[in-house]
Amino acid sequence: MSSTHEHKEPMIRISKRTGISKPKAWGIRAIALVLALIVAGLVIFAIVKLSPLKVYATMFKGALGSPRRVWATIRDTMMMLCIAIGLAPAFKMRFWNIGAEGQVLVGGIATAFCMINFPTLPAPVLFLVMILASIIAGGIWGLIPGIFKAKWNTNETLFTLMMNYVAIQLTSYSVAKWESPPGSNSVGVINQNTNIGWFPSILGNDYVLNVIIVMALAVGMYIYLKYSKQGYEISVVGSSENTARYAGINVKKVYIRTMALSGAICGIAGFLTVSGASHTISTATAGGRGFTAIIVAWLAKFNTFVMILISFLLIFLEKGAVEIASQYNLNEYASSIITGIILFFILGSEFFINYKVNFRHGRH
Amino acid sequence: MKKFLALLLTAIMALSLVACGSSTTPAASASASGSDTSTSDFKVGAIMVGDENEGYTYAHIEGIKAACEALGIDTTNNLIFKYSIGEDETCLDAAEQLADAGCKVIFANSFGHETYLMEAAKEYPDIYFAHATGTHAKTAGLANFCNFFNNIYEARYVSGIIAGMKLDEMLKDGSATDPYIGYVGAYPYAEVVSGYTAFFLGIKSIVPDAHMDVQYTNSWFDQTAEGEAANALMAKGCVIIGQHADSTGAPSAVEAAFKSGKQVYSVGYNVDMLSVAPDVALTSPQINWEIPYEEIIKTAMEGGTLESDYCNGYAQDGVMLSPLGTACAAGTQEAVDAAIAGIKDGSLHVFDTANFTVGGAPVTSAFATDTNGDFTPDADEAIIDGYYHESYFQSAPSFSLRIDGITELNAG
Repeated sequence: MSSTHEHKEPMIRISKRTGISKPKAWGIRAIALVLALIVAGLVIFAIVKLSPLKVYATMFKGALGSPRRVWATIRDTMMMLCIAIGLAPAFKMRFWNIGAEGQVLVGGIATAFCMINFPTLPAPVLFLVMILASIIAGGIWGLIPGIFKAKWNTNETLFTLMMNYVAIQLTSYSVAKWESPPGSNSVGVINQNTNIGWFPSILGNDYVLNVIIVMALAVGMYIYLKYSKQGYEISVVGSSENTARYAGINVKKVYIRTMALSGAICGIAGFLTVSGASHTISTATAGGRGFTAIIVAWLAKFNTFVMILISFLLIFLEKGAVEIASQYNLNEYASSIITGIILFFILGSEFFINYKVNFRHGRH
Repeated sequence: MKKFLALLLTAIMALSLVACGSSTTPAASASASGSDTSTSDFKVGAIMVGDENEGYTYAHIEGIKAACEALGIDTTNNLIFKYSIGEDETCLDAAEQLADAGCKVIFANSFGHETYLMEAAKEYPDIYFAHATGTHAKTAGLANFCNFFNNIYEARYVSGIIAGMKLDEMLKDGSATDPYIGYVGAYPYAEVVSGYTAFFLGIKSIVPDAHMDVQYTNSWFDQTAEGEAANALMAKGCVIIGQHADSTGAPSAVEAAFKSGKQVYSVGYNVDMLSVAPDVALTSPQINWEIPYEEIIKTAMEGGTLESDYCNGYAQDGVMLSPLGTACAAGTQEAVDAAIAGIKDGSLHVFDTANFTVGGAPVTSAFATDTNGDFTPDADEAIIDGYYHESYFQSAPSFSLRIDGITELNAG
């Protein structure tokens, strides 16, 4: 029996992968990274006629070239990671928390407020007050959109985004209140001579405490999401709200609770920046990390340990980019192009992990 | 699929943040004028708040390059820049990296860098640190840390004379009836107050009944806000717009208003505005940063002792004016030359107490320095011999009296 109407297979057919083994997925990611480096290398050569290998070596030097640079990279990685950890439960619940930027800022404001106003408290008490204040401030900033979503089903993406602008204005107001000298729009280093409210050095390094706090959060969040009842509720609400309701989960409660948690951890990130790194507060304190951390959380599929790796990669690129700009007298935008290319490929690789591309074969 | 779309959306959002700004890459313009003869391996580090696309930093880059060339320092290998450094811990990171790279003198150019540079100065007592526009060196007690700033108020005063001549001409030919000046300022603190007061006093020396409004943008560099502020001032009836902000926003707005038939003119800052506002730009007061850079680097090379402050005016060629625009009134050049000569020989004092009042009364006493950290000056009587000694005790401007005739429209 021969059919008169022959079915023609398309040249390229895309199908969803049902399951992909871990090594294969990481293999695809590694290929993407290599391709990204090749393309970025070509672009570098085309624009500035520099050997790409030299440029990559410079990037490496910029991020990890000396113990001090390594620590600066670690410090910023921890900051990014902390925000990503905060975002993880919200995004796992499919709650689009675009408001980390604002949650970090209010946490920072609360910390700076304590540093400025309570210099006489004993150090351990002051630290407790600062961390609590930043948790409460960030928590409230997350709680508000959570409540509105639960009660009135408002659009959380817009709501959290708008909360960022409120936080930025609050920061401007605080800066105007604390600036030195008045009118200069700069708070300067808080408690520069007394170092009150600064993270103490541990084992001779200023940023060890940052690592300890964020690592504790990473482990805690991993366990919370994977093994706790609340973590399970988050994942059920994330995959289907109706299923969650059918299973007897109080969806509203989960929204509110999770957003308060998400905001609180981002508030801690604000505390880390102000007390543990910059010792100042300005509208640039969050510095866009609240948005970049979204990539970290998503790429890691909310696995806090994978987040460490991705945070490190992003910060490595950022530090390397600054070094290229300095070393080769380039504008910083040149290095942003490299970062952009690499991110494009890494994000693009997720497509090939989730989907399979089939080419037409000669015959079946 | 939904998940992928979500991821893509996030990616685009984040990418646009990471890679925003699509300015062309300037192919290394550092074709240094081949000072290969230098055998010196003396290294200089410079922490810049912006890059060459921003007028204020551009002036610094040019200044430090010229200073290094004059001193025989190889600007391609031994002058290391850190561009676009924020006013936070990244400034300290940058200073430490420059120190580790072997720089013997390290500069920073933004007001908010100062406290971080002081941290670095404490950490590296053998390296010289110098900060432009800051105020702490005099009281910080760090032997290896200094401030520098030139007497821009002198050039602002002279630019005020140029504006005053134009205003006078407009009043005489009837194209203006009210001697009303507008000023786009960045932030309401001493550096800006000193600048606009000097500008206003220059105008007043020609048009005694002139009055001025100041509109703050609360930013050093905001093209849109500066343009809007200029438009608001012109709508109120201002006929000349001065500025203490770093973009070309205000002159561009004035040029546009002029093209639409309004008689308005502009005095810029830092950069020559004739390219963006050929019909309305009168001049721009400019700082010649080469002078302090050279002084400080030389001190460091010789291992000498730093002063707490470096401050140069017309007498040392520390300040200047950009070329006069075609719109300037007749006789302007002569008046400018006379004023500069007066400032140089000390016969003309910008802040002469005979020329201004506060609350209707002449000023007899004003302090210049804050010693107890409350930001209200409490030491160093600055009014000596009948004039306020600006930048006399410290390089950073300290004049912050609000004089009669000037209205701040939106001071915090």
